[in-house]
This record gives sequence, structure tokens and C-alpha cells, in this order.
Amino acid sequence: MTDLTELGVKAIRDGVAVGDFSAVEVAEAFNAAVADAAQLNAFIVATPDHALDAAKKVDADRAAGKELGTMAGVPIGMKDLFATKGVQTTAASHILEGFKPEYESTVSQKLWDAGAGMLGKLNLDQFAMGSSNETSYFGDVANPWRRNDGGNAKLAPGGSSGGSSAAVAGRIAPAATGTDTGGSIRQPAAFTGIAGIKPTYGRCSRWGIVAFASSLDQAGPMARSVEDCAIMLEAMAGFDPKDSTSLELDVPAWSANLNADLSGKRVGIPKEYRMDGTDEDILKSWEDGIAWLKDAGAEVVEISLPHTKYALPAYYIVAPAEASSNLARYDGVRYGLRDLPDGAGLQDMYAATRAEGFGDEVKRRILIGTYVLSAGFYDAYYTQAMKIRTLVQSDFEQAWEKCDFVLAPTTPTAAFALGDKTSDPLAMYLNDVFAVPASLAGLPAMSVPAGLNKDGLPLGLQIVGPAFDEQAVLNAGLAIEQRAGFTAKPEKWW
Amino acid sequence: MSNYRIQGATGQWEVVIGLEVHAQVTSKAKLFSSASTEFGAEPNVQVSLIDAAMPGMLPVPNRECIRQAVRTGMAIEAEINKWSRFDRKNYFYADLPQGYQISQLYHPLVGEGQLLIEADEKAGIPEDKVIRIERIHVEQDAGKLMHDQHPTMSYVDLNRTGVALMEIVSRPDMTSPAEAGAYIRKLRSILRYVGSCDGNMEEGSMRADVNVSVRKVGDTELGTRTETKNVNSVRFVMQAIEHEAQRQVDVLEDGGKIVQETRLFDPNTGHTRSMRSKEDAHDYRYFPDPDLLPLALDDAFLEACRESLPELPDAKRARYTGELGLSEYNARELTAEVETFARFETLLAATAKGIGKPEKDVATQVANWSLSVAPGVIKALGDEADVSHATAERQASILDMQAKGEISGGQAKEIFEIVLKTGREPGEIADTEGLKQVSDTGAIEEAIDTIIANNADKVEEYRGGKDKLFGFFVGQTMKAMQGKANPQVVNQILKDKLG
Repeated sequence: MTDLTELGVKAIRDGVAVGDFSAVEVAEAFNAAVADAAQLNAFIVATPDHALDAAKKVDADRAAGKELGTMAGVPIGMKDLFATKGVQTTAASHILEGFKPEYESTVSQKLWDAGAGMLGKLNLDQFAMGSSNETSYFGDVANPWRRNDGGNAKLAPGGSSGGSSAAVAGRIAPAATGTDTGGSIRQPAAFTGIAGIKPTYGRCSRWGIVAFASSLDQAGPMARSVEDCAIMLEAMAGFDPKDSTSLELDVPAWSANLNADLSGKRVGIPKEYRMDGTDEDILKSWEDGIAWLKDAGAEVVEISLPHTKYALPAYYIVAPAEASSNLARYDGVRYGLRDLPDGAGLQDMYAATRAEGFGDEVKRRILIGTYVLSAGFYDAYYTQAMKIRTLVQSDFEQAWEKCDFVLAPTTPTAAFALGDKTSDPLAMYLNDVFAVPASLAGLPAMSVPAGLNKDGLPLGLQIVGPAFDEQAVLNAGLAIEQRAGFTAKPEKWW
Repeated sequence: MSNYRIQGATGQWEVVIGLEVHAQVTSKAKLFSSASTEFGAEPNVQVSLIDAAMPGMLPVPNRECIRQAVRTGMAIEAEINKWSRFDRKNYFYADLPQGYQISQLYHPLVGEGQLLIEADEKAGIPEDKVIRIERIHVEQDAGKLMHDQHPTMSYVDLNRTGVALMEIVSRPDMTSPAEAGAYIRKLRSILRYVGSCDGNMEEGSMRADVNVSVRKVGDTELGTRTETKNVNSVRFVMQAIEHEAQRQVDVLEDGGKIVQETRLFDPNTGHTRSMRSKEDAHDYRYFPDPDLLPLALDDAFLEACRESLPELPDAKRARYTGELGLSEYNARELTAEVETFARFETLLAATAKGIGKPEKDVATQVANWSLSVAPGVIKALGDEADVSHATAERQASILDMQAKGEISGGQAKEIFEIVLKTGREPGEIADTEGLKQVSDTGAIEEAIDTIIANNADKVEEYRGGKDKLFGFFVGQTMKAMQGKANPQVVNQILKDKLG
């Protein structure tokens, strides 16, 4: 009997479709894996019934000879940033603890419509603010991977989609949703040896996703293969009139059009990404990636993205600015936590509720965002940052004249230990240095596993493509995947 | 230039006024959600997930609200910005679920425009005056706090949250309370012509923030201004200005300084009082709303907006005096309100058709009827009048009979009275109630012959040159005919017979 939890999206879907196993069997296997993985703390709440109900429907539909959806029978993890009807939705915050929306996010609804079920709501950095999943009100998530030094130090799964990455890497879910504002899909994917793609800004509706930074937030899939990502992204993407920034474009058949033959394609290698302090192993994996793409037929060209070094500081102005405004609605008036001290007035209630309900990192970003938008500072910070954003975008525009996609590391280091960087926010922010430019430019970008470093930890390679050209990104990802032969998996210790 | 002056101990002061009018856009749905905007609903029944700022909810602009604001801009001859953008105005308050108001600070939908206020000697506006309008932007309204529902807590009603407002910002071009009043009335009239706002100030569909400063007559620099918020009637706006200007003069005459601040108007006292000073002013941290794309209007949309505009008050007034030959007074009165001109134009068309003459030939008769005769009858009847009986067809029929000499002016009123009370048809009333003039020359001649025979001395005097006696004969004849004789016929026969 196959270990069903080893299967990915496509294998499950196809197996259910041909009757190798039932959707219910798959759901039960993963529900058991979720129940068994409490030590990873990947889930805030488990929803085994949701997964089972969806599976039963798929099995019944199959028995009735109905056409099955593209995700039929696949139970997935849902990042707890997506509103799920009747199921607690917290953004990993205390302020939304117990909040059960009366609505379903567009993306999750699309997945259910495609036949997927939900194993549970996945842990994340609070309001998606963090790179290690250590800012969650519901506790740290542990990376299933451990160093090969026998030290057993718990490692960060990356963030903010840390529950997603841990669950998929740990075979607790075949796939999970993530959201990426400044690397929150790609960096955790890299830290856990899985694949994840952030599509072009606007591909996936933001309706029903708790907002962090509206102009940057994008949902995307996290799975263990490029093809699984393509299948799941097709189910998640599509125009949504309820989101004004949604792209009014048809969803291409990315999975059907996957093609690892890169003949005639040019891969751009941005010289500015060779930064001081980048791990030796990371640089080596980058060289490997270049060689693999050459092998796949691509021509290698050096390119320049001159404003790269300004991207991270600009990001840490724009994203907190938007967040400071987006998070104003959590005020204790209508839903979520309310802290109303005796005799308190409105202002006291705001202060008490928000002091109690937000974690330190969220408060830090609200303070930064409030500061950079303040009278007298707006032009010096926000306006300047937006100019940089435009320059970063135009860097890429010029790059596309010379190449079809860009290859770079996903992160400057492999996974670090929990607690290593929590006292130094700037060191933490630096983790996003390679991820943020594509976010500012709204471009599709993915991370695929490239191998293990000397500590036995996975490393990711990042591919960035022109707007709307997810296919180029997925194809290059597939070429790397086929050549990297990444089959390593974390040893179960939980 | 208005002659409004405030006399202080050290000399004369003049007042400078700018108005920011918030006008609720006429639209079934809110600016960024599909919730209803209807007035008077139970609290919190017209609240969408977006209005309540639930997590993950996103605004989607309502095309109708944008269209109405553009049409309004066109009606004040303003520049329409084909590219505009929404900004967030951030502040915390319980009536503001999002924690920010979506507004337009940096790139408003409508740019520079203007409107004309008309001379009104009696009100102290010596001549027509153009008031410049700086901009119109579109924004969300807030909810309403209710402080009388619970002994220690306030409740909030979010029905109004997210309703579309136009903020119409004038230049500081007004120099008297009368001008400010005329400006608001004219603006209200335009909005109602266009149909972009119902102008109902009692229901809060229009409110004004009043900016006032004073300076010595002859000074060119503006004084420090105060802003009195949310004044909700024309009378209150004028009162607020009078009080605030006088207060500022008093402060300055006493050697004090005006503090730039936000003030509140108290309708009970007619006074303004300080709400918060500039130092306590919010820092709204405006920035472009990242949930919304910039608003780009194409030529077809603008053309459709322009084509949908009705004839506007100034043009209508000019046509009434020019083409229809109405007096300035009649034209102004008839064009002031949408309902008034609509009634007039319907009646005019029906009357012209009934009589078979061009509109211009009957316009003055219809105008007089509409402005003075008919309202007089309705007013005199009070509760007895059911104005729904006063259809255009019935009124036209009365005017038709009058124009043809079948009834007199007095009979027209009497018939109209019966119409208002009963809804009967005027022709039938005239016939059955004996409300018709006698144009039958035989009957009139007979009556006149009798009068001439009975008043030989007066006839003698008249023929001797005492022309004034002609009136006497007319009176006697009308009396003999019980007021039902056609006066023109009477005059003619009398002239013939008296020689």
C-alpha cells in the first residue's frame, strides 16, 4: 500500500480519478498526519471534517460519473490569512482570536470548487509580518528539517507562510496556500525544500485575505513539485470583480504547457545579487542552477538590476505604511478582541485592545508605517520609497530586453535556528533581500529546491519572470527541478 | 463687491468666506459597496461586509457615483480630470470602521469650476457675481454615533458608512452671509437640476463646512480663518458666518489673535464654539489607497456624461427671458427649483397646444398663473385643496378658456378652486356652475340699453367730455350681467352706443 502522505497534488488527483485509492482514504491519511504533528505547530486549528466532507463529495461524484475538478480529492492546508466561512480566521493574532468569518475568500472558494478539501488553518507570522514564523500569537512553527550536526536545534520554517512550508515539507499536507508580500512564499519554500510560486500581482484575488500590504500581497501555492504548483495556481487564479486590483485576464493552462526545454531562452544573472555576506553554499547552488539551465538549452546573460540595494529599505517603508492603515480596522468595535477597562472611553478602548491584541513585530511595523506617513516625513520616506519602487520596476523592464527570466538565490542563508534573529529585526529583514525586488515590481517569482548545504539543509533557487509570464518561471523551475534531482526529505522526529 | 461691513472701534472690517459643501451623491448603492443608501432605515441594516470593514474586504468603485460627480463637475463648467486617484485619510473613530476614510486629496476627480450668483439688491448682493470652485472630490461618508441608547455606552449605526459624498470646495470668494446663502442655494439648485444630489439638508444630504476670516477694509492679505463644521441649512450657514465674523472682529479689536481652529455651530444659540485647535488637529497621514487603481475616464464616458446633462439654471433663465419673453423676476422664480420649472414647462406645453399658439405667446399668462394665481388659490384653500387634482391638463384647460374669453380671471380662480376640492373637469364646472362669461352681444346690448335709458344725465355728461364716466357704465353693465359678461365685448358695445 502506498503511503498516501508521500503523494503530491497530481498523484493524488490522478489516483483518485482512476480509483487507485479513494479521496476519503487520502483525507484520513493526512488528517492523521496533522493529528500526529502537534510538535511542529504548523496548524492553528485542524479541520478534519472539512477535508473528509470534501473527499466524500469527490468520491460520490466519481461514483456518479461526474466530471472531477482539477484539485479533486486533494486535501490542502490553508494559511490562516484566508477567511474561511465558519472557521476561525486569525492571521495568527490575538486580536482576531475566535473570529469566524461569515464569508469565504475568493481563493479558498475556488480551491473548494476545484474539489480540494481543507486539513486546517495553517500557522503564520502574525498578520504575515515576519520571516521565521516566530511572531505568531499561537507559537513558533518548527521546520521539519534539522541540521545534520546531531544538535537537534529547532529551525525556523521561514515566514510568513511558515505553517504552510512546514506542513508541506513534513508530508502533513500535499500542498498549501501561501501569501507573499515580500518573500513570504518563496523564503519559507527555500527553507524547507519545497516549491512555491508568487504569481504576477493581481492574478489571485485578494478578496477575503486579511490584508498586510495591499499593493504587494499575492496568494500562491506551495507544494513539493513545480507541476503541483502549476495545477494549484490554475485553481487559485482568475479575475475577481470584487478586487479592483485583480487582473482581467484568462488563466493560462500552465500545467499543460509545462516545458523544460529552454532552447532559445535567455536567463539573466543579476550581478547586484552577489552580495557580501551571502553564504558560500548559496553561491554554489546558484552556480549549479546556472549550469542546469544551460543544460536545458538556455543562454546565460549577465544583467544589471542597479537599484536592487534600495529595494529592501523601500519595501520596509511601503509595506509598513500600508499595514499601519490596513490594521486600523482592528479596533475592538465590531469583531475580534475588545479590551474595555472599567470606565474606559473610546480612546482607552482602542489603546487597550490594540496593545493587548497585536504582537511586538506588528506594533513595530504599525509604528514605522505611521511614522513614514506622518506630516513632514511623508515626502522623505513614502514618496522616496515609491520612486525607488518605480526604479526597481524599470530595472526589470530593461532586463527583459536582454533575457526572458532571471535566476537568483531565494535567500542569503539556509534556515536558521528559532530564536537566532528575534532580537535583531534588521538581521531578520535582511532575509528578504533577494525576494523583495520581485514583490515591489509585482512580478511572478518562484523558489524551487536546489539541493542541500553542508549542514544537510535545503536551499532554494529563485526564478523571476516578466509580468503575466508565469509560464516562463514555471518552465525554468521545472528544468531546475529535473536536474537538481532533489529527493531529500526531512527525517520524521515529531 | 458686497457692502457687508462690520463696524469696529478702530474701523470697518470685511469678511472673507469659503465653503466646503458635502453633497450626498444620488445613487442606490454606496461608493464602494452594494449596500443600500436609502434614508430612514433601521440602524445597521444597510451595512455590507465592506462597510463594516471586515478582514479582507475590498472596495470596488461604484460607477454611478463617479458618473454623478463628473456630471456635477460639468454643470459647474469645471475641468474633469481624466486621471484621478483615491487616497486614504487615516484617523480612528467609532463611526469609521476602516480606520480611514477613502477620499481624494492629491488628485481629485473634478478641478477648477465656477458658478454664478445673481444680483439681489434686497439681500445686499448689488450685482451678479462669479464664485470660483476649486475642486470636487468624491469620498465616503462616516457612520453615526448614538449616545441615547444606553446609560454608559454609545452605539453606532453604520447605515450611512460608505455612502458617496461629493466635497465641493469653493474659493474664498464670498464676502457676506447673503452671498454665502446665495451660493449654497445656487449650488443646491444645480445639483438638483443635474440629479446628482437631492439637496435635502434636513436629511443631511447637504452640509457645509464654513471657512471665515475677517480683515480691515482695504487690506489685501487674508486674515487667519476658522472652519465651522457640518452646518446643515442655508439659514444656519448665514447665522454662523454673522456670528463668527463678529466674534473675530471683537477678538481683534480687543487686541487678540484669531486661532486657526475647527468650530461647531450651535443652532439653538446661533453661536459657534471651539472644537479643536490646529495644534490638536489630526495628522491624517494621507496616502494613495493601495486597494484601488487610479480612476481613468475615457472620452466615451465623458461624452455620455455631457450628453446626459439637462438644461441648467442659467441657460434656462436666459431662455425664459429671451425666447419666452418672461420678466426677469418670473424667470428667476420659475427656474429656482426643479419642481417649479417642471410644472411650468408641462403646463406651458399643454396650454400652448390647447390654445394652438406658440409657447412664447402664452408664456407670460402661464407664468403668472403658475407663480401667483394658482399658488394663491391653493394657499387660500389650505387643507381643503388636494393638489393632486391640479393636473397640467386641467390647468391648461382653464387657461385655454380664459384665453378664449370664455371665462374671466375671477372665474378661472373659482373653477380652479372647485378642481382642487373635487377633481372635477374645468369645462364641466364652467358649464354646470354657470361660471362662464356672456359674450352674447344681444344680452349685453339689452342690459346696456337699459342702463343708458336709466342714466340719461350721466350719458349727457359723458358725451360732454367727462371720459371718466366710461368706467361707471362698465361697472353698471357688469353688475347687471352679474359679472359674467366678457369685458372686451362690454367695452366695445358701450363705445359704440355712447358714441
